Amino acid sequence: MTSAAGSFSKDPSTRARGSTFLQKFGTYVLLISGSIIFTFPFLWMMRTSLLPPELMHVSPPVWIPWPPRWANYSEMWTEGYFGFWIWNSTVVTVLSVLGETITSTVVAYGFSRTHFPGRNQLFIAVLATLMIPFHVLLVPQFVMFNALGWINTLYPLWVPALFGGPFYIFILRQFMLGLPKELDEAAEIDGATRWIILWRIIVPLAKPAIATVAAFAFINNWNDFIRPLIFVLTPENQTLAVGIRWFTTRYDTYFHWLMAAAVISIMPIIIIFFFTQKQFMRGIALTGLKG
Amino acid sequence: MSVHPENQMGIAKASLVRSPTRHRRWRWKEFSGFLFVLPWLIGFLAFQFIPFIASLAISFTDWNLGQTITFVGFKNYVDLFQLEPLLVKSVFNTFYYAAFHVPGQMIIAFIVAILLNQKVMGQPIFRTLFYLPSITASVASAVIWLWLFQPAGIINQGLGVLGIDGPNWLNSVTWAMPALIIMSFFGIGTEMVIYLAGLQGIPQHLYDAAMIDGAGWWAKLRHVTLPMMTPYFFMTAILGVISSFQVFTPALVMTNGGPGDATTFLILVLYWAGWQWFRMGYASAIAWILMIFILLFTALQFWLQRFWVFYEFEETSGRP
Repeated sequence: MTSAAGSFSKDPSTRARGSTFLQKFGTYVLLISGSIIFTFPFLWMMRTSLLPPELMHVSPPVWIPWPPRWANYSEMWTEGYFGFWIWNSTVVTVLSVLGETITSTVVAYGFSRTHFPGRNQLFIAVLATLMIPFHVLLVPQFVMFNALGWINTLYPLWVPALFGGPFYIFILRQFMLGLPKELDEAAEIDGATRWIILWRIIVPLAKPAIATVAAFAFINNWNDFIRPLIFVLTPENQTLAVGIRWFTTRYDTYFHWLMAAAVISIMPIIIIFFFTQKQFMRGIALTGLKG
Repeated sequence: MSVHPENQMGIAKASLVRSPTRHRRWRWKEFSGFLFVLPWLIGFLAFQFIPFIASLAISFTDWNLGQTITFVGFKNYVDLFQLEPLLVKSVFNTFYYAAFHVPGQMIIAFIVAILLNQKVMGQPIFRTLFYLPSITASVASAVIWLWLFQPAGIINQGLGVLGIDGPNWLNSVTWAMPALIIMSFFGIGTEMVIYLAGLQGIPQHLYDAAMIDGAGWWAKLRHVTLPMMTPYFFMTAILGVISSFQVFTPALVMTNGGPGDATTFLILVLYWAGWQWFRMGYASAIAWILMIFILLFTALQFWLQRFWVFYEFEETSGRP
């Protein structure tokens, strides 16, 4: 206290301004250099995807490939099964996102705005599945999908999504618990059924949370690696995430094609992330989870 | 998880109603609520609960997906620790990775969050740039880093400018693991967003009080920010340890566990056991050991939190 009184008597405003200017300057220097470091791998990937193969390993490195070699992309496309992979990833991702988002919304409504015996016990089961690593389930799931004849098809990758995802159910339930109860009651007096209440009243209000869930689901499904790796066997049935690896093993790593494939595989993620950033950040901050 | 108060009230109200028609309507109302949850329940039983039990059962057998399944008791578990050094080495590698990955990414994420929490221009742009490597944290980024860590790659060329003779990162027993750890420092997005939310939740009056006491920026950081952030550090430490146990994609794509067994991880061994050696019982045993490790270390961290995590309102110490 006494020292504070002492510093007050000197002119604190100029001292404060001096330190804030230095602080601001230092902050920007650190932020700009930090973001250069964090984006460097991306930029280097794009640069490599446009570099002629004979310039790959020259030293000092060619910083900007000029003229860019767009043929890396067209060659990569015809060389592997790239068209198949993009199509398969799109099918899996679209069906999974639709399934996970719609079913999780319906289920979250059941867990947040209806009452039935055993509801809370079942919700504890939802939370328990969040805590158990899914790797425990890989062997029995493989056995099951094998018995169903689903190995080397896309079914194992999207059919389970039709039943919702525990993480998405959790996010949506937390959000729906926060909506006022009177909404349902008023609609019920007007004779609306629960199904109509869900779609006409709850879903429009829960749009931000649903958007968060859809964004998470898109990115998780597009990036999914271990499940397609295990459940799909032949390259033409593979998804993009696993397919890219084909370039590293089949040829003695052709980096110009590999980088072109990586650029294309990242593009949808960046586009989705760009448009759903706000929902995305809020989803993480709310739940502390990545999905 | 406490029972919802309305739930108890609703059930009590229903049981008071005697009229049979009202009673039936209530039953339908309850049942319709259950119908909303039913899709999840079916999926849970088919794709999670039954496989979960089956996984435990399979872990006590010797089975290559063929006709014969032999019950072998705890043999798979005993073998894992006695016969095969691979699993012990994978656990060691996991600890090695976690010892640097967890504190490293927490510190980097905290510094970035502190910087972004200043009133900076273009904060959303910076946030996006720092977040980007995290959303591509899969094959694509493994492939990028495979390229960056090439013996004559850009990292070694950069070190060469500084006069350092860079190692042959991914082909070196000594440097393969540090390479994976360095790569993991770029995936701080989740932690950064959690810390930013935490920093924005620290009440301004605490800083005002500290200022009146004559605190400089270091004292404010030490006595206000850090204690207030401990619940968030705790949360991210738990997530970090769990993710260390689940390293798979970079280990498979960049090093395939090598050179030697320098970068084997539990899930990589699980993958080999199940889908290269077709030893399903063995693979299931590894999965169970993985799960037990994760639960044990999470429980340990919950126990340890009493020594370092500070909750503003001690009465509600169940906060995240």
